[in-house]
Amino acid sequence: MAGLQTVGSALLTLVLVAVAVVLSIYERLDLEKDITVAVIRSFVQLAAIGYVIDYVFGLDNLGVVALLLAGMVLFAAWTSARRAADVPNAFLIAAVGVGVAALATLVLLLALGIVPATARYLIPLGGMVIGNSMNAASLTMTRIRDDLSEQRLKIESALALGATSRQAVSPILKTALQRALIPLIDATKTTGIIFLPGAMVGMIIAGADPLEAVRLQIVVLYMLLGSVSIAAILVGTLSYRSFFTPRHQLKTGPSGR
Amino acid sequence: MASLKIEISGLEYAIGGTEILKGVDIAIRDGGVTAVVGPSGAGKSTLLRTINRLIEPTSGEVFLDGEPTSGLDPLELRRRVGMVFQIPALFGKSVEDAVLYGARLLGEDVDPGGLLEMVGLSASLAERDPQTLSVGQQQRVAIARVLALRAEALLLDEPTSALDEAARSRVEELVTDLNDRLGLTMVFVTHDLSQVERVADHVALLAGGRCEGEWSREDFFSLAGEWARRYIAGRL
Repeated sequence: MAGLQTVGSALLTLVLVAVAVVLSIYERLDLEKDITVAVIRSFVQLAAIGYVIDYVFGLDNLGVVALLLAGMVLFAAWTSARRAADVPNAFLIAAVGVGVAALATLVLLLALGIVPATARYLIPLGGMVIGNSMNAASLTMTRIRDDLSEQRLKIESALALGATSRQAVSPILKTALQRALIPLIDATKTTGIIFLPGAMVGMIIAGADPLEAVRLQIVVLYMLLGSVSIAAILVGTLSYRSFFTPRHQLKTGPSGR
Repeated sequence: MASLKIEISGLEYAIGGTEILKGVDIAIRDGGVTAVVGPSGAGKSTLLRTINRLIEPTSGEVFLDGEPTSGLDPLELRRRVGMVFQIPALFGKSVEDAVLYGARLLGEDVDPGGLLEMVGLSASLAERDPQTLSVGQQQRVAIARVLALRAEALLLDEPTSALDEAARSRVEELVTDLNDRLGLTMVFVTHDLSQVERVADHVALLAGGRCEGEWSREDFFSLAGEWARRYIAGRL
């Protein structure tokens, strides 16, 4: 009964969302549909994952944990690829970027003995890495796609002067990676001053010792900074390539010339 | 008959199911100034970009000094056959950076002052921010950066269409001058028939993805057949 009450009070926070929706309609920002879909989906998905995690914790089987994380990677890649429509091989690129970042992080955390090999640690930490990497992948791919189309003349001018596709695209790649990583880098820099990170907030609210919450938060921060940067750099280098031929030619987009 | 610098043979290019070039043959003489004219959508800019392989033809071949360009390293090819676009996109914080962009990629050291003077600009501009130059001056910097690579031929894609009258005539004089002094082979795309008259010595007419004929400048304006007459009369 207490749990139901909590869900009910959680739903009260929808008042804020409703304000945002009203503002969006009033200002004609066309965000209301996206916001509504996000609210409904997040509710269904969180409820579902709650049961799944509960079940997986009960199984205590690392194979199942790996399978669940792999499913999350594929879903993240699918979401990112939809955002980055028109990027050739976007799904594959996002899957490689997010997958490598998640795998590298979890292997490192386990190998160094920072966390125990149990579902209780691997699923939430893996989920954070995958979710943040997914955002970075989407930002990187959409930015590269948009800049390549807007700055086509610059790219062609550089190629015409004997630049490789890598040299021609270098300013665009740099901007895209900066834009994708700046939010995380800034959040890391200001953490504890103007920003109390989610994991720490959760632990403190749940009644944990603040110093223990900080210890876990430091692990989470460094893990995210490293893994998300790896994902963005991988996605950046893979996705710019997909716009060029091996003979350093810009592939013409669907709009054509 | 002078030897051929560039030979375009049976060139086809299609994208997304649309045929843009449908078998183009054009012979470009060494040291000549060839104008490629034709109505909008004829494939002129596309044709130019197949010569330095900024785009890959679907079939056919472009020969440079008798060698098939499909077998050349595309980066090497683009240094030998430079390109100037409608709007100059200059790189770097100074005019010097802009002029030396291509040369620096090769790790070569070239004197930017000499190159600027070669295109009729003062060497003292080297330190200036390229964005503070007029578009006409920027276009000449764009030509200078191709000269920095010691290009043998220059492709110009409507190089004066973004310029005012005075800047246009200075770029036209520069093209003629570089052709005379350095023997640079020039191929330029234009809509402007009076420009053809002032600059070109050879004309190729492109319409609907096909080359409808090649003439000397004199013949184009006097003897050219039906297609050229229709084009000149604005009915193509």
